[in-house]
Amino acid sequence: MLSTHHLTAFYGDFQALFGIDLEISAGEVVAIIGANGAGKSTLLKAVTGLVPARRDAVRFEGQPIGGRGAHEILGLGIAMVPEGRRLFPSLSVEENLMLGSYRGRPGAWNLQRVYQLFPMLREKRLAPSTSLSGGQQQMASIARALMSNPKLLICDEMSLGLAPIVIKDIYDALPTIVAQGITLVIVEQDVGLAMRVSNRLYCLQEGRVSLSGKSQELTREQVSQAYFGI
Amino acid sequence: MLFTVERATRASRIGAVAATASVVVLASLPWWGDSSWMRAIVEFACLLALAQMWNLLAGYGGVVSIGQQAFLGLGGYALFVLADHAHINPFVCVPLAGLIVAAAAFPTAWAVFRLRGGYFAVGTWAVAEVYRLLIANASFLGGGSGKSLAAVREFSKAVRESTTYWLALAVAVASVLLVYLLLRSRHGLALTSIRDSERAAASQGIDIGATKLWVYIASAAGCGLAGALYFLNTVRISPDAAFNVGWTANIIFIVVIGGIGTIEGPIIGTLLFFLLRGALADYGATYLIVLGAVAVAVMVKFPRGLWGFVQERFDLRFFPVQRRIRVEAAEATASPGAANLRP
Amino acid sequence: MTGWADTVIQGVLLGGLYALFAMGLSLIFGVMRLVNIAHGDLIVLAAYLALVVVDATGLGALPALAVCVPLMFLFGYALQRGLLNFTIGGDILPPLLVTFGLSIIIQNGLLELFSADPRALRLGGLETQSFRLGADIVVGRFPLLVLGVAIALTVGIELFFAKTALGRAFRATSDDPEAVRLMGVNDRHVYALAMGIALAIVSVAAVFYGVRTTFGPSDGPDRLLFAFESVIIGGLGSFWGTLAGGIVLGIAQAVGFRLDPGWGVLTGHLAFLAVLLFKPSGLFPRTR
Repeated sequence: MLSTHHLTAFYGDFQALFGIDLEISAGEVVAIIGANGAGKSTLLKAVTGLVPARRDAVRFEGQPIGGRGAHEILGLGIAMVPEGRRLFPSLSVEENLMLGSYRGRPGAWNLQRVYQLFPMLREKRLAPSTSLSGGQQQMASIARALMSNPKLLICDEMSLGLAPIVIKDIYDALPTIVAQGITLVIVEQDVGLAMRVSNRLYCLQEGRVSLSGKSQELTREQVSQAYFGI
Repeated sequence: MLFTVERATRASRIGAVAATASVVVLASLPWWGDSSWMRAIVEFACLLALAQMWNLLAGYGGVVSIGQQAFLGLGGYALFVLADHAHINPFVCVPLAGLIVAAAAFPTAWAVFRLRGGYFAVGTWAVAEVYRLLIANASFLGGGSGKSLAAVREFSKAVRESTTYWLALAVAVASVLLVYLLLRSRHGLALTSIRDSERAAASQGIDIGATKLWVYIASAAGCGLAGALYFLNTVRISPDAAFNVGWTANIIFIVVIGGIGTIEGPIIGTLLFFLLRGALADYGATYLIVLGAVAVAVMVKFPRGLWGFVQERFDLRFFPVQRRIRVEAAEATASPGAANLRP
Repeated sequence: MTGWADTVIQGVLLGGLYALFAMGLSLIFGVMRLVNIAHGDLIVLAAYLALVVVDATGLGALPALAVCVPLMFLFGYALQRGLLNFTIGGDILPPLLVTFGLSIIIQNGLLELFSADPRALRLGGLETQSFRLGADIVVGRFPLLVLGVAIALTVGIELFFAKTALGRAFRATSDDPEAVRLMGVNDRHVYALAMGIALAIVSVAAVFYGVRTTFGPSDGPDRLLFAFESVIIGGLGSFWGTLAGGIVLGIAQAVGFRLDPGWGVLTGHLAFLAVLLFKPSGLFPRTR
């Protein structure tokens, strides 16, 4: 469904990615792990169009999408739950969710479905988005991304700054999303969590893929080596 | 390995010699040149000083004001009041006017620093309008039609012209030197660090508010001085001439096209301004349209202006304000000082 | 006490026009943090445009709006997309200097095209009609219309921001232009739409302005200052605040003018300074 081919990315003169090749098939849950500065965020930005990329460095459903604008890529069916949640402070919770469906992509996800998945959002729907706790904001951010009826959903560092029980609640919602037919890409700092919830994983180290494989079959030693580059 | 911190470059040494030579030649002008040249050079000096002051504020301090004409006008009127009403020697009044304007800048700053960014800029313009209207309504200052400087009548034309001329040269040289010395000092380092990143600068213990205030006051004083000088030269002042926003338009043109955030930029910009004005003199308002269009184009395509472009391309610096580290065996030029200038 | 009530009423009515001047400025700043220094000159430009349309089509000044509003909307869209979008994004200098340059270009361009002669727009009678309110208050029908339009547009714009999808997109774009692209919102297009709407409002303000007083190419800066002062007096973040600010400014100027004709504009500036010094967030700020 999504593939990258020798993907490189630069911030000015600084090169962040040195040729990433990865493949994600429909229906999978793929995890991407790596230390800070390994290039995970840059990879996501290149895929979602926030950072420029070569035209056929990124392909989605067979079409080259590299270098296209982020708003166009959302229209094609790739949505992201950004790192740090990034809800809009001037909007209420429900307004944030409604903005998610701005592009008007057809599909099963709407306000009702999203409130079913995260009931506590319905209670807080008219509150300013800044009044939510970290975990609630994360749920709102996921809900907002779902409102665009994506085919591929990318979740960037959802566990950052959250208590374990809150993380559990959030990740418990993911199977429902996958069952509905959405392909998931999860970027996580918590390696154990990433390995538990995913089918396959990629490990990035200094802008390159240092390890890839089925999550169940990889050993702790393999992952540590790939993660730290020792 | 031995590390030494260097400041001068070969270009700057050559430049220093050339600059001193030209100033000496210019200083002798009253003996061999004619009045119209002197008047033109006085005007050049005023614009150069104003440009350096605006550049200090915006290019180095990151504070954009479109109301510096307030201080220019106040400087002019301070001269007229001191010379005609307090009967002080008009040439002495020029630096005095600078001091008076510096004092007036404090309450002005109190008001305008309540605003930020774009609104700050328009606020400075509003304040300039307040000064203009207050003075236009004051009949003892000549009201809307202005007044002439009576105090200069006691001097002969030759004495008046040459003294004004030398004063102008002094002001021009002083404005460039002041900015140069300031930037070489640790205050200059503080200034450029604020411009590059306010938060990082604050975390190093730099008092952002105080620094910006002092730069604003210094810039105001400079503008007051230039204003007094300009109207000493024209011998006549009126609110519309003194507080005209056209001053700011010309200064911005000069600094933006010449190269914002550099010392050489305003010098080149002023030269260009005079050249363009001379060339387009017969075309009336079209000249200003061209000026505006060029400034807009430069701002969008070459934000660092002419000199910024040259500086980047050829690494040429006549006024070295950055520090270079020279390593014994291999020459490594790292410029941790004011080298990277953002517009 | 006679006459003061009339002065205040005249001030309120004048404030309606100032609120219209200010609305576009407030909108642009709210959505993209841009202070358009050419704003006043764009009002004057729109007034000249109305003049041209009236001369060319024989329409009255108000019906001419049917042509002017869409034209100014398109101009605003093109201006933003073609030039101003390249100045947005971090540094404060480029947008200020580019719009300042634009101001110079527009003023002198108008001077070249139309000369410095004062011009005016005519309404064929409405501008002089009035009715009495009590013993000594005379209310002009036209200024009342202007105030009415100002209030209606304020209501409209507030509703637009609060209730429509595009309004939500505007608010979100001003919060976080990068994240909003992840929602499928084209921020370049949104900025251009905002500028288009702002200039459409400007063209309405311009026609009312051109009817109320004569205008000339160099009148832009004063319009900008009045618009700006209305926004600051009223407080940032709220269109109702801008309306109120315009009315306060109008009243201040009317009072000053009554004391001494040379003091009208100055009193307005002083009121602005007073608010700036003693209540810098404005009289009716919206806290977020």
